[in-house]
Amino acid sequence: MTAVADATRIETKSWFHRNQQTIAPWLFLAPGVLFFLVYVIAPIFQSFNISLYEWDGLGQAEYIGFRNYEDLYWEYVDRDAFFISLKNNLIWLIMYLLAIPAGLFIALFLNQTVFGIRLYKSLFFFPFVISQVVVGLVFTWFYDPTFGLLNNILSVFGAGPINVLGNENLVTYGIIVAGLWPQTAYCMILYLTGLNAVDPEQIEAGRLDGAKGWRMLWHVVLPQLRPATFIAFVVTIIGALRSFDLISIMTEGGPFGSSRVLAFYMFEVALSEYGFRMGYGAAIAVVLFLIMMCFIAYFLWSMYRDEKR
Amino acid sequence: MRSMLKASIAALATAATLAGGAIAGSHQLSGDLKIFLDTSNPAPRATMEAAIAMFQEAHPDLNIETTVIDREAYKTQIRNFLTANAPDVNTWYAANRMRPYVEAGLFEDVSDLWMEPEIAENLASTKGAMTIDGKQWGVPYTYYQWGVYYRKDIYEELGLSEPANWDEFKANCQAIVDSGRACFTIGTKFLWTAGGWFDYLNMRTNGFDFHMDLAAGNVSWEDDRVKQTFANWRELIDMGAFIDNHQTYSWQEALPFMVGGEAAGYLMGNFAVAPLREGGLTDDQLDFYQFPPINPDVELAEDAPTDTFHIPVNAVNKDNAREFLRFMVSADVQTMINNGQNLGQLPVHAQASVDDDKFLNQGFAMLSSNSPGGVAQFWDRDAPAEMAKVSMEGFQEFMVKPDNLDRILAKLERARERIYK
Repeated sequence: MTAVADATRIETKSWFHRNQQTIAPWLFLAPGVLFFLVYVIAPIFQSFNISLYEWDGLGQAEYIGFRNYEDLYWEYVDRDAFFISLKNNLIWLIMYLLAIPAGLFIALFLNQTVFGIRLYKSLFFFPFVISQVVVGLVFTWFYDPTFGLLNNILSVFGAGPINVLGNENLVTYGIIVAGLWPQTAYCMILYLTGLNAVDPEQIEAGRLDGAKGWRMLWHVVLPQLRPATFIAFVVTIIGALRSFDLISIMTEGGPFGSSRVLAFYMFEVALSEYGFRMGYGAAIAVVLFLIMMCFIAYFLWSMYRDEKR
Repeated sequence: MRSMLKASIAALATAATLAGGAIAGSHQLSGDLKIFLDTSNPAPRATMEAAIAMFQEAHPDLNIETTVIDREAYKTQIRNFLTANAPDVNTWYAANRMRPYVEAGLFEDVSDLWMEPEIAENLASTKGAMTIDGKQWGVPYTYYQWGVYYRKDIYEELGLSEPANWDEFKANCQAIVDSGRACFTIGTKFLWTAGGWFDYLNMRTNGFDFHMDLAAGNVSWEDDRVKQTFANWRELIDMGAFIDNHQTYSWQEALPFMVGGEAAGYLMGNFAVAPLREGGLTDDQLDFYQFPPINPDVELAEDAPTDTFHIPVNAVNKDNAREFLRFMVSADVQTMINNGQNLGQLPVHAQASVDDDKFLNQGFAMLSSNSPGGVAQFWDRDAPAEMAKVSMEGFQEFMVKPDNLDRILAKLERARERIYK
């Protein structure tokens, strides 16, 4: 009796039940994929489309082909705003990477057991917790040419005063230093967790073989921190490319536009008080996207390679 | 904040009864009225809220909903709410600054209001600034003068008097610089303050009409007349007339230099008076003069930016909105919202009375009798937004690096060719 009943149950199993194993992952993925398509993939094509138009965001859009890109090219040739933004983006990319070694050394320094170490760790992590806007304001006051702490300190040594945020050659570096403060804290926390996972037996073995100091760090500790380094690299590169809030708070892209980066320039021409060029802003966004794409492709490729291994 | 609102209401109470009597004659409004304001600073906010409370009192059945948006954020949000979620009344600015919304068909044509004798006769002075393509697109509710606010006590200490011409202006400045101060404080971080200097120097050097031609893109930036303006400007810069590091300060951050006596003057709009007084300067220390003539052959012209009310095309309750506009420009309301305790600016209505304030009186006299050349709105309202942005950035660069002038002008000329097609 029961055997017959079981047999019929197998027979009547629905299509869903039969294919459960294959369908389930897709069902779980569906919401994520849907939102990714609507909010990430579609806007990419949309911005590319808008970049072919001249549009003030209100009236009729006029198709102008690649003229926006041509204008960008001429701005590049003339060493104009686009050139400056691109150059500053490059400076950001390179300088911002300093957060990785700085974070590593602070992590190594804090990776010890003394009284109150938790407090020290949280103090070092503090700048990452506060808002970028606050970081920007604090550094603006710090740099203030008349009342700022920096010039007070410099005057003790008889140097200065320098107006970091008012000097077109120093301003980008000044903002990057402000950005490094929270970014270093972020890298530090990544390395601190990484250091927890370092195998003490390998350290012991290295010590027996006479390795210490730099050689120990370079050949034994760092290879084990590779995953942490990778993540720190990814977040720092992305952080550098989307630097926007600090610039907006500290200088508004000034003086005379010399601290602009692509993200800020895009906002400025398309969405700010005087911005009415949606197409042009979209063209800048596309350029920024292509630059980011290089890095994203590299990250994906190296993750894929690691997983295959 | 609260006390200020209370004070405003108290100040309005007397006028309210007057205006209430006038309005009671007209029909009572009902339904809804949604108002978006950019008057987010404490005093203007309290003033507007008090004025709206009066309107509510006259129309008890009307359901008024007021939203006050931060003044800077408003400038970008307006583009969204005009298309997506339009109020019935919104604030904005006159002249070219409203052009994008007029051209996109987002502001209602209110020429019918301007046909009414009450408005046509009494607001005639600002009609030009509200007109695009022969139609009027809003009504003004306040405006204010620009000019040089200066430390009278410092001038007296150095034996200087208000300059009557460019040579005296420069001689005064030299004397102030020699005493170890800067002639003028300024903060150009947000660029527009440099636009004010350009307005005055260019209008005094080449006249109002040339200035408007330049704003309209009809004149080359590499024209010799433009270069003359910058040559005049450069004389001041080379003298050390302006405070150092102005590119790092906002206009508010530049105020302490004036209050502390490190700078003796400020070319600014009348809104600078309130914070200067709050900073501790008395009316004996602070005074005002009209920017002196440079080229004696051109007529004096002034900057007097006008703030306005508009009705979005997508508004639902347009009749109520029109009634509100009539109310806001009426003589009594104009007198009251612009008085010293409230906005502290100039009323637009010809029958309204100017509050008895030293600076308002001087400004009113200047604009009504000593500005024969014309009245400009301000560089970033007269020129198209893009041109304003690029040029003001150029002005800032010029003020810091005057040697770059040729490169700056070439850049502005390229921008002109692109922007005005």
